[in-house]
Amino acid sequence: MTIKIAQLSCGTEYSSVQPEIEKAARSVGAKVVYPDVSYEDINEAVRRFGFNPRSPQLKLMIARATQLADKRYDADAVFISTCFRCAEAALVRNELRRFIQENTNLPVVTYSFTERLKASQLLTRMEALVTIVTRKELLARERQVGITAGLDSGSSTTKAVVMENNKIIGKDWTPSGDVVKSAETVLENALREAGIEFKQLEAIGTTGYGRFTLGKHYNAKLVQEELTVNSKGAVWLADRQKGEATILDIGGMDNKAITVRDGVPDNFTMGGICAGASGRFLEMTAKRLKVEIEELGALADKGDWRNAKMNSYCSIFGIQDLVTSLGEGKSFEDVAAAACHSVAEQIYEQQLQEIDVRHPVIQVGGTALITGLVRAVGEILGEQPIVPPNAQYIGAVGGALLSSGMM
Amino acid sequence: MRVFIDPPNSMILYDLVERFGHEPLSSMAAIQEMIDNLEVDMPPMNVTIDDVVRGLAYAGVEVPSGIRGRLAVWGPLIDAADAAVIMTDAPFSFGCVGCERSNEMIKYLVRRKGIPQISVGYPETAEQAETVVGMIKEFLEGLA
Repeated sequence: MTIKIAQLSCGTEYSSVQPEIEKAARSVGAKVVYPDVSYEDINEAVRRFGFNPRSPQLKLMIARATQLADKRYDADAVFISTCFRCAEAALVRNELRRFIQENTNLPVVTYSFTERLKASQLLTRMEALVTIVTRKELLARERQVGITAGLDSGSSTTKAVVMENNKIIGKDWTPSGDVVKSAETVLENALREAGIEFKQLEAIGTTGYGRFTLGKHYNAKLVQEELTVNSKGAVWLADRQKGEATILDIGGMDNKAITVRDGVPDNFTMGGICAGASGRFLEMTAKRLKVEIEELGALADKGDWRNAKMNSYCSIFGIQDLVTSLGEGKSFEDVAAAACHSVAEQIYEQQLQEIDVRHPVIQVGGTALITGLVRAVGEILGEQPIVPPNAQYIGAVGGALLSSGMM
Repeated sequence: MRVFIDPPNSMILYDLVERFGHEPLSSMAAIQEMIDNLEVDMPPMNVTIDDVVRGLAYAGVEVPSGIRGRLAVWGPLIDAADAAVIMTDAPFSFGCVGCERSNEMIKYLVRRKGIPQISVGYPETAEQAETVVGMIKEFLEGLA
């Protein structure tokens, strides 16, 4: 079965990125399609949509979206993409995403590109779209059964979890180095804690950047991108399998914001533009403040971000702000709080604007252990996020949970 | 003379320019050349990353890539033009480059070049159409 991903876009063919989009889709067994429209359809769709952009290609996007909403064109998922830095297109892109979600049940992802876009950057997003379409039953799984393990090979850390009959019985993490060696170390330690031998494992699920390498190494039953796997792990850990929620995962290299309904993701955004909005920036901050990353949150809790200026979108400039603040005699506590606030602010401005935030917000990933960051996110959202226990193990838990459905 | 037309993919303007003895510089020729002569397979336009980078000659790096890619196709045509025929306020079915900012920039580049040019409004009636064609004919016949 080939999954049809409807592309609603402006500028891709003039930015040299269209082949990359199609390549990414093909690599996950999907095909990019373009809803057919007539001249009359365009004018009528724009009138009905109520937003009349000046650019004709944006009008065409609206008409194509209307075809999907009216079920006059058959597709399984939607990819909405426009040029980075185009204000008119950004407005249309976001409103069309909302329009598609209000009028269809199709999973949708939005993306703003530059000419440097490569298929690999879209791979995880395309894979997630396909997973949501093809693995609905698996994603609906709420309980883990048997003895399974999940491995999450992330950009910063590698995590392993061993589960037995819906309980975590072993876990470990380590900073990521060699993909296989890091995974072997954490899995061995998790198995030791669980009192289980490797051969007793009935299934393994892998996720994260190293998922394909680990999937092959362990002959894993499940090899799946982190967007869907993490969201399952998050709702399981937070015991929010029913109803709506937003999963916020501020990672070492990129961030994910995923909306879920009954534990199944239906919209997500994955960024970011710069490391200034990632866990990596907080690591750099901790290093400059000469504290362990585990201590940064408590330090930030004692400070007030308003006392130290830090509002850069770039990690390098952010560190310059940090150094300047320290040079001005600001306290480490205030600077730590400002760094956390800066990351939270950028997540809000860059990513949470691309989805409709549903409540509650579940904050997960290793950075969820940085209490100052969670507090900053709560201040900006006006609602304190839920941080489930073992929040850093979402990917591994999701892998163990979902792989138990493939035994 | 080589006459740039705007919208660059207007078949009607192309025909008028050719009919009155000049060489139309249009999207059709530019795209055809990219499709025929480039040993790449990037349909539908065969715009490559090198083209988008070449678009920096017409707009800075902060300009969206889709605009720079378009300008990389049409900018050289404007550079090569001796004259231009511009139709304003035309519906997109008459011809367009898909992006309003690119449309504006193309018109600006033509004006900045300072070549002989005629700018006519899109005719809404048959009478207006006759007048417009007459104006374009007179302009083209007047080119040396």
